[in-house]
Amino acid sequence: MPTLWLVVSVLVLAAIGYVLGRKRALQSAGGDVRALHSLPNYYGLNVAFAALIPALGVLLIWLLAQPMIVENSVSGLIPDEAIPEDSTRGLVMSDVRRVASGLDFAVEQGAMTLAESQSLKAEAGDIRARLGEVGVALGAEVEAEVLDAAQRYRQMTTTGTHAMTLIVALLAVAGLAIAYARTHKDFRARNVVERGILVLLILAASLAILTTVGIVFSMLFETMNFFGLHSWKDFFFGGTWAPNFRGDSELSILPLLWGTLYISFVALLVAVPIGLFAAIYLAEYANKATRSFAKPLLEILAGIPTIVYGLFALLTVGPMLVDFFGKGGFLGVEWMAGATSVLTAGVVMGIMLIPFVSSLSDDIINAVPQSMRDGSLGLGATKSETVRQVVLPAALPGIVGAVLLAASRAIGETMIVVMGAGAIAKFALNPLESMTTITTRIVSQLTGDTDFASPETLVAFALGLTLFVLTLGLNILALYIVRKYREQYE
Amino acid sequence: MTDISQSGAPKHASSLLSKDARTAKRNRAESRFKLYGILAIAVGLLMLITLVYNIVSRGTGAFTQTFVTLDVTLAEDKLDKNGNRNLDEIKKVSTFGYAPLIKDAISSEVEKLGIQTDLSAKDQAAILSKSAAAQLRDYVIANPDKIGETVQFRFLANSRVDGYMKGRVSRESIANDKSISPAQLDFVDQLVADGVIVKSFNLDFIFGADASDQRPEAAGIGVSMIGSLFMMLVVLALALPIGVAASIYLEEFAPKNWITDIIEVNISNLAAVPSIVFGILGLAVFINYMHLPMSAPLVGGLVLTLMTLPTIIISTRASLKAVPPSIRDAALGVGASKMQSVFHHVLPLAAPGILTGTIIGLAQALGETAPLLLIGMVGFIASNAPDSVASGLLSPNSAMPAQIYEWAKRADPAFYERAWGGIIILLIFLVTMNTVAVILRRRFERRW
Amino acid sequence: MNDMARVERVVDTGQAKITASDVQVHYGDTHAIKDVNVNIGDKTVTAFIGPSGCGKSTFLRCLNRMNDTIDVCRVKGNILLDGEDIYDKRVDPVQLRAKVGMVFQKPNPFPKSIYDNVAYGPRIHGLAKNKAELDEIVEKSLRRGAIWNEVKDRLDAPGTGLSGGQQQRLCIARAVATEPEVLLMDEPCSALDPIATAQVEELIDELRQRYSVVIVTHSMQQAARVSQKTAFFHLGNLVEFGETGQIFTNPQDPRTESYITGRIG
Repeated sequence: MPTLWLVVSVLVLAAIGYVLGRKRALQSAGGDVRALHSLPNYYGLNVAFAALIPALGVLLIWLLAQPMIVENSVSGLIPDEAIPEDSTRGLVMSDVRRVASGLDFAVEQGAMTLAESQSLKAEAGDIRARLGEVGVALGAEVEAEVLDAAQRYRQMTTTGTHAMTLIVALLAVAGLAIAYARTHKDFRARNVVERGILVLLILAASLAILTTVGIVFSMLFETMNFFGLHSWKDFFFGGTWAPNFRGDSELSILPLLWGTLYISFVALLVAVPIGLFAAIYLAEYANKATRSFAKPLLEILAGIPTIVYGLFALLTVGPMLVDFFGKGGFLGVEWMAGATSVLTAGVVMGIMLIPFVSSLSDDIINAVPQSMRDGSLGLGATKSETVRQVVLPAALPGIVGAVLLAASRAIGETMIVVMGAGAIAKFALNPLESMTTITTRIVSQLTGDTDFASPETLVAFALGLTLFVLTLGLNILALYIVRKYREQYE
Repeated sequence: MTDISQSGAPKHASSLLSKDARTAKRNRAESRFKLYGILAIAVGLLMLITLVYNIVSRGTGAFTQTFVTLDVTLAEDKLDKNGNRNLDEIKKVSTFGYAPLIKDAISSEVEKLGIQTDLSAKDQAAILSKSAAAQLRDYVIANPDKIGETVQFRFLANSRVDGYMKGRVSRESIANDKSISPAQLDFVDQLVADGVIVKSFNLDFIFGADASDQRPEAAGIGVSMIGSLFMMLVVLALALPIGVAASIYLEEFAPKNWITDIIEVNISNLAAVPSIVFGILGLAVFINYMHLPMSAPLVGGLVLTLMTLPTIIISTRASLKAVPPSIRDAALGVGASKMQSVFHHVLPLAAPGILTGTIIGLAQALGETAPLLLIGMVGFIASNAPDSVASGLLSPNSAMPAQIYEWAKRADPAFYERAWGGIIILLIFLVTMNTVAVILRRRFERRW
Repeated sequence: MNDMARVERVVDTGQAKITASDVQVHYGDTHAIKDVNVNIGDKTVTAFIGPSGCGKSTFLRCLNRMNDTIDVCRVKGNILLDGEDIYDKRVDPVQLRAKVGMVFQKPNPFPKSIYDNVAYGPRIHGLAKNKAELDEIVEKSLRRGAIWNEVKDRLDAPGTGLSGGQQQRLCIARAVATEPEVLLMDEPCSALDPIATAQVEELIDELRQRYSVVIVTHSMQQAARVSQKTAFFHLGNLVEFGETGQIFTNPQDPRTESYITGRIG
């Protein structure tokens, strides 16, 4: 990893800069710290920052931008006629990338010399075989255009990396030199350093935005690729989910959405009454001792990783349900074929959500002013009448918000449904049948052998984007409602 | 007005000491309502108990394993035909070459103990794990000078035998099982009686590597634990400084404007984005775009960092907010810059809270599975522990929860015990981390 | 001193509605009320005055067992309502509170419509056989609360949308709607402006014709204006109890005098 070494060298340079800068400042003040404008450390930090920040900033931007630039210019090299009928430029480009990285890998492994890899001809026809030897699997024989583009891709990447190393190193040295030259006892080092720190703080805070942008864009691009290969009408309005790696798949989100919503609904059916009643009891009836004992215990349920719930669904709850509803079960009915079902996943997810609903509702019920309860009790209402007719209506918006947040959790939950729900996409009402969800399909389409040129893989990004938009919408709505509710009683 | 009041509504029961029917009814409703609450809590706690009971009762088995102790003669004519102890030549003997040694060893043991059995030597040796030959081979390669001697070995028993010893496998349950027969179980009973087969603590489960799906008895969680460890290091190294920096900016320096508002809304929303979406982000950005290696703990760590950041930012901001403004004013009052007041005074005072939040965030990241599936940290990946920090970060590995998922997916039910056992280990980590967080909070909690 | 003039009226005390003897209240380790003995007359306004933290509100909350809702609070001694011990095991606090209504310091209308606020008590106690009867109770109560004319056109509007003074009168109407025999008021005007205070005080004077009213107030002028009997509490003790005019013009206890003249409090 040459980039790693580059970073390390810049860091070392910065450390040297720190020592030099500090020394020079002290020298300029004749060794008297009081004569300096700022503390000596600030002079050192100033030089270190000057070496570090521009260099690493450029490095970061370069690393992010180079693939994009190379990609754009290389993709221009591919003539339109070289793109097969059933493909797109983006997909050909992914072939190009694969060939290029395969060649790099072959050189790295010593299966080819550098010169050999650069002079390969597609006519020789053995590229696939030779790359296969070092473990790089290609889907098809390499076309001449693709090979040319791949060579160009490698060349540009190499040049770019060299240029990057050079520029970053120069920037680091130059930054160090300039800052060192400016170091003098009257230089306002602290102000400069503090401004530098502030910039870093701002950058850290913007990472949150960057993450969101990253999420949206990473999924948006691949989703657009997907819609280039597959009709969006089928995705949104079709009725069947039947991926087929020979092509000709039917990829509609609707059956998945149905499974997702059905399982979430079952989960809420379990979690909301239990969580809400638990919260009411804890907030209104329980004495301090019960509360301090039951509340943390319930919250343990929220801290258990979802993989544990998944296993619980797959190996405990599922078989238990089969014991009741399956063939030869206690009920003598044969309603359930396997351990995975809507009910299995839904019940377990409901258990997971109990503490989520209860602690949110608990907070919200506690936010209802005591004067309301006094007013009702003072009129001779019983506690339950007070809760049902005064406290709950007052807390209703907050509780709705909590339920929405729980719903968003349920919709986005992955492990429990991957292990407990099954893999069959269908519209059915029987909760004992296995059904599948959006998250389950994302996992299955993106694990194992993935081919980022096929709609069957790319559909996962469209599913992911839909999931993101769905949960984001629920979250924003829920947070808005809860915030409004809190303002009301503040 | 007066006439209305005269006509009046029915008066309350004249005496307080006697309850009217309506009050009795209302009191019953009250008790019912209270009962619902108690039931709800009871159901919640019952679920917790069921879950814990399930994990413990089904997982503890993974910590013991059935071993077969045999004296193996490392015959020179089979392992080193030329007799020159040349390591390259010894390495040429594959595990198949070692199988006869094991067969001989078990036959001689049977003979020595005088056990009557109709089983062929091959069927007798089949009670051992398929890893036995490899174990023998590794030993010989490490100690070529032992060739020709008779050495005592402790072999893993086959998972069926192990299951039989643990009560998971019975003579009825193996009716359709080709890999073991009732006769072999009788044989096992005899060996148990003679102390050749024993069940004992299995350190390899905690420290070993995963094994292929033919050898559940040899699978361990140790290497994926290292994978998790490296991911946590990445998360700690990135999420803590970035999270603290972002919180300091938002809490202490950010002007109140729409950009700050957007960042804040964004952070609270990111905290609720499904984890699998972060997996998609990792796959698209770190692997497909930045070409970082697939299945690497570094990538897993980066994804989990992005996922944990909102949690850390939210808790850090809460602890910064808890430091009273008087502290800042005091620092500013003696001529410190705003930056100095924050870094010298506010941050140290908020440190315990920040630490607590970070530990809780790490615990959350440690148990996360879904995003790891998408960046390839699942499957039979690593059979050896990484030999350096760089390979720990970059070479393919799994993580504890992903390893558990992998075991749960495999066909052989012997792996389920591994999965539950893995959960025990994972939960021990989580409980420890959360306990530390609680202790930190109790110890350093300050009331201003 | 116009206010004082009112007090000069002859007071018709009637017989005692509530008799409290040897009442002790503990809040955890704090001894909040010590040996209080007091008779509260029917169709009378009784004022409890005293400095903050003297126990007057605590004692008031004993009279309809609102203190039951606080875990650490223990009440000893006898409080008789019409000769029946309200702390008897057989007494249901719910029934008691229907007889002894309460109005609080801060107006606390429920987040419901004005109509539903007033109808709340009658509904839970089953005082109305049908909708028409309920309408009648609501109207009657709102009239007694002296707020009918202001809200009769918007009974469906939320109670929380009213002004502070209106809200407090709504709460009084709500308390009156359950046909209580005693009405406890815990500093009902402390959150109100002077005009709203005057309206509520006028209302209290009207309520006296029908109910026994007990009012806690930190304002001596208010006690003098509205009450016939006054009890002065200090540090958990009932220092002096008597005719309002007598307490304000000729206090027997030096502590009462100090408080009235503004030296303690």
